[in-house]
Amino acid sequence: MRNKFADAIFEIGSVNKNICALVADISPAGSMEKFRKKYPDRFINCGVAEQSMIGISAGLALKGMRPFCYTIATFALFRPFEFIRVDLGYQNLPVTVIGMGAGLIYSTLGGTHHSMEDIAIASSIPNMTVLAPCDPIEMKLATIWCATKSKGPVYMRLGKVGEPEITKDAYDKKFTIGKLRYIKKGEDIALISYGITINVLIEVSKELKNKQNINCSIINMHTIKPLDKKGLEKILKKYKKIIIVEEHVPYGSVSSMIKSYAYENKIFTDIKSVTLKDEFIHFYGSHKELLNKHGLSTSKIIKKINEK
Amino acid sequence: MDNNLKFSKRNLKKFNITDSRKRCLKYRRKLLDISQTVTALHAGGALSSMEIVDFIYYGLIYNKNIPDGSKNTFLMSKGHGCMSQYIALNELGILDDKHLETYCKSNGILGCHPDFGNPGIEASTGSLGHGMGLATGMAYFEKINKTNNNIYVVLSDGELQEGSTWEAMMMAANLKLDNLICFLDHNGSQSFGNTKITHPKFYPINSKIKSFNWSVGKANGHDVRSISSSLKNRKENKPHMTICDTIKGKGVSFMENKPIWHYRSPNSEEYKIAINELTQVYS
Repeated sequence: MRNKFADAIFEIGSVNKNICALVADISPAGSMEKFRKKYPDRFINCGVAEQSMIGISAGLALKGMRPFCYTIATFALFRPFEFIRVDLGYQNLPVTVIGMGAGLIYSTLGGTHHSMEDIAIASSIPNMTVLAPCDPIEMKLATIWCATKSKGPVYMRLGKVGEPEITKDAYDKKFTIGKLRYIKKGEDIALISYGITINVLIEVSKELKNKQNINCSIINMHTIKPLDKKGLEKILKKYKKIIIVEEHVPYGSVSSMIKSYAYENKIFTDIKSVTLKDEFIHFYGSHKELLNKHGLSTSKIIKKINEK
Repeated sequence: MDNNLKFSKRNLKKFNITDSRKRCLKYRRKLLDISQTVTALHAGGALSSMEIVDFIYYGLIYNKNIPDGSKNTFLMSKGHGCMSQYIALNELGILDDKHLETYCKSNGILGCHPDFGNPGIEASTGSLGHGMGLATGMAYFEKINKTNNNIYVVLSDGELQEGSTWEAMMMAANLKLDNLICFLDHNGSQSFGNTKITHPKFYPINSKIKSFNWSVGKANGHDVRSISSSLKNRKENKPHMTICDTIKGKGVSFMENKPIWHYRSPNSEEYKIAINELTQVYS
């Protein structure tokens, strides 16, 4: 995903001279390095100073640029939160903040590097669009949208490198910002997630089909804010059982957004959610092992689905 | 900026010290008038910045001798002092009388802090420590587009206690932004009291700023001649800061250097005394 993001920046940046990239001491690789070399004026390394990275991006946006701010998710969003809120949100400026390695991807780096609250925090800011593409293909399309179409600030969750291109054979061929996307269509139950966690749902879906002959839909809620209310309503009315899985703490999660939407609209269907626990993680291992510890393994999710 | 187009080229004059003095007296009277309509005004910090703001608008932006001056940008980073900016913008004809009359009222557009989108307001400030980052981005934009436009910023003492200000100052020096010109409204007085007592290691300021590879000037912040000549210290490839020594509440004796006037508005009795005093001292 990281590489596709950089490819997109290089491609659009070559045409649109108002695109610029700001990083906080993240060493550029691949296309980002190409961008830096070819357009040194439009690549700014702000050093380990995330507050000023956001402030500078806002200053550039006030003069007509469309900046991208790029660093590890916790430092992209949590550290400079008030700058994102005031400089970008309050002034409604077209700056995209990229949270790299969001969720528990930095699984051995400890809680300082886990962004488990980013969706809640970013979504709470008025004017903010929140995106979480699920694979490199979507990442590129989302980046192009941010560079050319966004009207205000965007927070975008980004994975790492080497994610499979799962949307190649997606049921919904088109990726449209603001519209949820069927990755797979089935009649029995609906599995909802966003970002790279869609990969977990693919495993869950395969196992449910093989062992219990259950046909699942996999739905990618890549645009978390604004929530696709129309699309969501159809799903809530169609499926008797809906499972939302996310690499995020329960408070302010997409699960809570969907449940409150269902309740307010009096659509009473069985909605279960599997989120990270409301706990910091003092445990080191692979990304998968950390997810398992918090209940986001295939077997634990299936167990939850089968609960009455 | 579109807002600035309201002030057409026809109105441009050369900067004149006597005119500036007259305007600043008018600003202070106007501030006291407005103070009678609201409870919150941040009078102290507005009164300390009036000569600086007047010099920026009339000396550095809308000045017949400055080609394309209106393309320069001004940020009131110490947003709480924005009454001096509002009144100057009104004098320039960029903000209408009705805007000042409805300050902090439900039928108006102006509040206690500058709000981006309002006439003449080029960024939302008021949360301390934001102006320097915004200005650095703006100054960098002007540099890479090879313009001659400058970014002018007025900061408070409190803002130099925010880490974000120093983060951006380091970056502005890295980027060699000699088109970034800042004025510290050094009134030495904050909500909690006298800065020398409440925050002694705030001093020395001059050497701290210099060590970030900025050029530094010093001025009497109530003397536009002194403010103007401080800019001679500007150096190529370096951002610049003039430390303007000012008096919080300047012009009204009972307000001067009294922390309570950071936020308070005078009652009608105090208003009368203040207006009388201004008339005597300045005439």
